[in-house]
Amino acid sequence: MAAKTKTVAERNPVVVVDNAHIIYKVLASGRRATRGLRGGGLLSKKMEVREVHAIKGVTFTIYEGESVGIIGSNGSGKSSLMRALAGLTPLSSGAIYAFARPTLLGVGAVLLPDLSGEKNILLGGLAMGFEKQDINSRVDSIAEFAGLEEFVSYPMRTYSSGMSARLRFAIAASKDHDILIIDEALAVGDQEFRNRAEARMRELHQNAGTVFLVSHSMKSILDTCTRVIWIEKGELRMDGEPKKVINAYNKFVGSTTID
Amino acid sequence: MSTEEYALSHGLKKVGARPSLVKYVREAITRFDFAYTLASYGNEASNAKSRLGSWWNILLPTIQAATYGLIFGLILGASKPNNFLPFLFTGVFLFSYVQGSFTNGAGSIVNRAGLVRSLSFPRVLLPLSVVMSQTIALFPQLLVLGVILVAVQGFGSITLGWLMMIPLLALMFVFNFGLAMIMARVTVHVQDLNKLVPFITRIMFYVSGVFFSLDKIFTTNPDSIWAKLIQFNPIFDFLNLARGYLVRGYEVRVEEWIAVIAWSFGLAVLGLIFFWSAEERYGRED
Repeated sequence: MAAKTKTVAERNPVVVVDNAHIIYKVLASGRRATRGLRGGGLLSKKMEVREVHAIKGVTFTIYEGESVGIIGSNGSGKSSLMRALAGLTPLSSGAIYAFARPTLLGVGAVLLPDLSGEKNILLGGLAMGFEKQDINSRVDSIAEFAGLEEFVSYPMRTYSSGMSARLRFAIAASKDHDILIIDEALAVGDQEFRNRAEARMRELHQNAGTVFLVSHSMKSILDTCTRVIWIEKGELRMDGEPKKVINAYNKFVGSTTID
Repeated sequence: MSTEEYALSHGLKKVGARPSLVKYVREAITRFDFAYTLASYGNEASNAKSRLGSWWNILLPTIQAATYGLIFGLILGASKPNNFLPFLFTGVFLFSYVQGSFTNGAGSIVNRAGLVRSLSFPRVLLPLSVVMSQTIALFPQLLVLGVILVAVQGFGSITLGWLMMIPLLALMFVFNFGLAMIMARVTVHVQDLNKLVPFITRIMFYVSGVFFSLDKIFTTNPDSIWAKLIQFNPIFDFLNLARGYLVRGYEVRVEEWIAVIAWSFGLAVLGLIFFWSAEERYGRED
């Protein structure tokens, strides 16, 4: 038995999430804007610290060679969990262990909007730990991958949201990461770029990297992932084989088509 | 076997755990290029939308100094410090170096939330790059200062003493870096503090003797609390030392050198430890 089948316990873990909780503390008046008419002077509108329990005790283990899709409704806590995975948002309790520091590639990431795309490529590369001459020699190929050769000298604030998302993806994907988290970054790209990006993701995955993909596009999850985790209201709803989880999710949201 | 033991036995490391101070500093040094590039690009970006571009690095402090010169020159009348213009410009330019590092250091984490949330690197590079960017902006101002010094005092005022500005500015860099690290963390905990920063720098401006001489306090009332407090103010010492070397009629005091050396290194070490001990907290949204 031992020689032939590899049991779960023998596989090498790369990411272990152990009972993770994330609680945000937000300063808010906690009052509906529309009710503001009756009573309460200027000084009585005191701000209170309110708590938002974004992730409520999620546990899972990812093994070598898996690429993982993360699905769930808007506001379910997917992005919070991914940021915690990358070490960008601290956990309130529980712990996350990883084989290497995961890199998060998200839509919200803005470098310096007043600078040209080229300079943003240089900055992003240096921040990721590239040597200066290394990243200098890669600028052209990164700009080409992002499909904005002629716009590379324009300030990034003039880019469309699709263009800047493409550039951010291109910068992050220029390096071989051991663990890469891609958060909805592909949703804004056009079909041609999406194909190129998915190809690059498969390539990263083949270079022994683990890829997490957060997406609302069930098609790109099915195309790239070997395992799917469904997060709903901060809790792990289902974890397993992509088709099975996606079918259950579609039933939950009332959708019949896979897109 | 607990989950923790299981993870650690497979060679996994805890995510987001703060590295040791030595490892932290070493990692920061390897990404030094990032801090410098961010500093020089950041300077460029802040002037990118104006037509005069980087000329503002010279124009703004010159206009500022000229405004103070006009206003305080009129108000102070006969009680103006000796050799007023060189005195004033030395004070204003060097003070703006400290002030810029203090103010922008306070925003170095909170204003770069996008960068902090999307890329992982030792966060201390952000206050460092702020001080670097202020240093880059200082060099053209020093040129203006040189021109004013020569115009008012003649070529004879260029002495070997001017070279002492090199160690003095290096110390100021260390001092400003310490200041920026402390402010960077403090504003992360209490964002409201950013609203108070302009008032704090105003107070610093008035107690550092930027446009008036504080010597009177020392000669008439050397034992008063004010005299002691002001003597303890490192910015005052920095300005005084610079004037001692650059402006005719002002002397260098050895105690001031000792004071600025102690302040600079003390603040930098303290600031680094203070900043590093909250490393895993930066980027949290509360």
